[in-house]
Amino acid sequence: MGIPDDSIGIVETKYFTFAAPPHEMVLESGERLGPITLAYETYGQLDKDKSNAILVAHALSGDAHAAGLHHEEKTPGWWDSMIGPGKAMDTDKYFVVASNVIGGCKGSTGPASTNPKTGRPYGQDFPIVSIKDMVDAQVQLLDHLGIERLLTVTGGSMGGMQALQWMVSYPERIRSAIPISTALKHTPQQIAFDEVGRQAIMADPNWSEGNYYDHSPPAKGLAVARMVGHITYMSEASMAEKFGRKMKESKGPMKFSPDFEVEGYLEYRGENFVKRFDANSYLYITKAMDYFDVVGRKTPAEIFKGLKAKVLVIAFKSDWLYPAHQSQEIVKACKWAGVEATYCEVHSTYGHDAFLLESGEETRLIKHFLSSVHASGDGPGKAASHEIRLPGNR
Amino acid sequence: MGLGRQRLMRLDYLVIAEWIKPESSVLDLGCGDGELLSILVKEKHVRANGIEIDEQAIYKCVEKGLSVFNEDIEEGLSDYPDESFDYVIMNGSLQQVKKPDTVFKQALRVGKRLIVGFPNFSHYSTRLQMLFSGKVPVTPSLPYQWYDTPNLHFLSISNFRDYCKLRSLKIEASAFVAKEKRVGLLPNLRAEQGLFLLSK
Repeated sequence: MGIPDDSIGIVETKYFTFAAPPHEMVLESGERLGPITLAYETYGQLDKDKSNAILVAHALSGDAHAAGLHHEEKTPGWWDSMIGPGKAMDTDKYFVVASNVIGGCKGSTGPASTNPKTGRPYGQDFPIVSIKDMVDAQVQLLDHLGIERLLTVTGGSMGGMQALQWMVSYPERIRSAIPISTALKHTPQQIAFDEVGRQAIMADPNWSEGNYYDHSPPAKGLAVARMVGHITYMSEASMAEKFGRKMKESKGPMKFSPDFEVEGYLEYRGENFVKRFDANSYLYITKAMDYFDVVGRKTPAEIFKGLKAKVLVIAFKSDWLYPAHQSQEIVKACKWAGVEATYCEVHSTYGHDAFLLESGEETRLIKHFLSSVHASGDGPGKAASHEIRLPGNR
Repeated sequence: MGLGRQRLMRLDYLVIAEWIKPESSVLDLGCGDGELLSILVKEKHVRANGIEIDEQAIYKCVEKGLSVFNEDIEEGLSDYPDESFDYVIMNGSLQQVKKPDTVFKQALRVGKRLIVGFPNFSHYSTRLQMLFSGKVPVTPSLPYQWYDTPNLHFLSISNFRDYCKLRSLKIEASAFVAKEKRVGLLPNLRAEQGLFLLSK
């Protein structure tokens, strides 16, 4: 099998179950959920003093399979460009953990899981979950793995929201955080796009108030939701470059069958998504993102007060779904709190998708940031033991 | 400690490093690829921060383990609380910001002390070039042609002293440099670069 040298190789998803009744997890809403299973994968080895652990948090449609290859599959994990031997998250040095969020549909407990009370899928009986709940569940997993303090927590988009939640809820358990292409809270525009997706699902006659598990799922609605999503993940420039106004080779039978290439692409993306994603999960997870507000009743100046972790904030220039000014709000909050932080606005034409695609620049930033956190002691203000090149030939 | 032994270090960096107290906090405005900040971390164990608009320079800073913000000085400064830093440094960036007066005000709010370094426009070589060629001077410290220069403002050491008086800034120390040597006598005529340590 042609597995590249810098791939972590064949990996397997593992499962951890906790919060069995009567010890259910109390969610932010006050509702109780249990038992909870988290699907997770790990890459690399945890070192003796357990100081090299990285938690990678996925975005809306991601899962625990962040790197490497599953047996007899050709497509690597969603962040394979960043995780592996010699990569930014070097699995020869670090121990990387990725888990599927609660509410998800890739092995973790979500609306498609069986409700122990009824013996049937939860459907809309599944409680509303928040980003904080997702993070609380991750804490349980890390306790199970014996990891007290993370070297870093990172992710893009909703993964970045989880990183921000870690900074606020568990500051003592992280030595650093890398929120990428994300925001302290959604703007009305971001909520609006999510709502179009949700309405598309709920307008599908197959939706049946979310109880579709014994018949056909609302595939058309979910596909449309995904199509809208894909438009927001790209940029005008990346779409123009990828499709232009090119026409498809074969046109469908009807007047309005897709004939532009971009239409065909969106249709293909939508149809593909339906095969691997649950419509109810889409509703719950997008709602969790919309409700997310890490500032809450505080002021942005207060949220990171006392945070000792080092922070690396990354934004991409063509990302209009999570524009750079939202990352700058995170940076401002860091400045107010005196947090040691770095911000880079990376040039890219990929739009929001850039955090998955611009691996060269991201690698440069994350690799060096991680090694300086890894090399530094725990104290804040302690300088990284870096070689300094003195000016030579002036 | 041992700053003098590093003959390779740029003299302006050496001057700045001498002024900065160990273990202090420093914000370098327009920190470039982080050369000065790295020296200050290594020699003075400062808590270093930088602001730099150039994305490529940011990568070099991160490679050196520095904490830096990829943003415009003029926008980035206003986000800090008062006296966030012991020192704010503007070495070579003063003449490149649109509104130096506003940036100074912010820098002195954010920092307890301000270190400023700039090319001296009244150095005799610029004066002579002006006088004899009748053209805007191009010198080692002002190496750009008028049509392609990051420098928006030109000032002399005397200009800067006037400015400090106008804004009631206290000059705690000053140093003058030409050809990597210190200039004592007649700095406004002989120095290519002026460096000032200021407080409110």
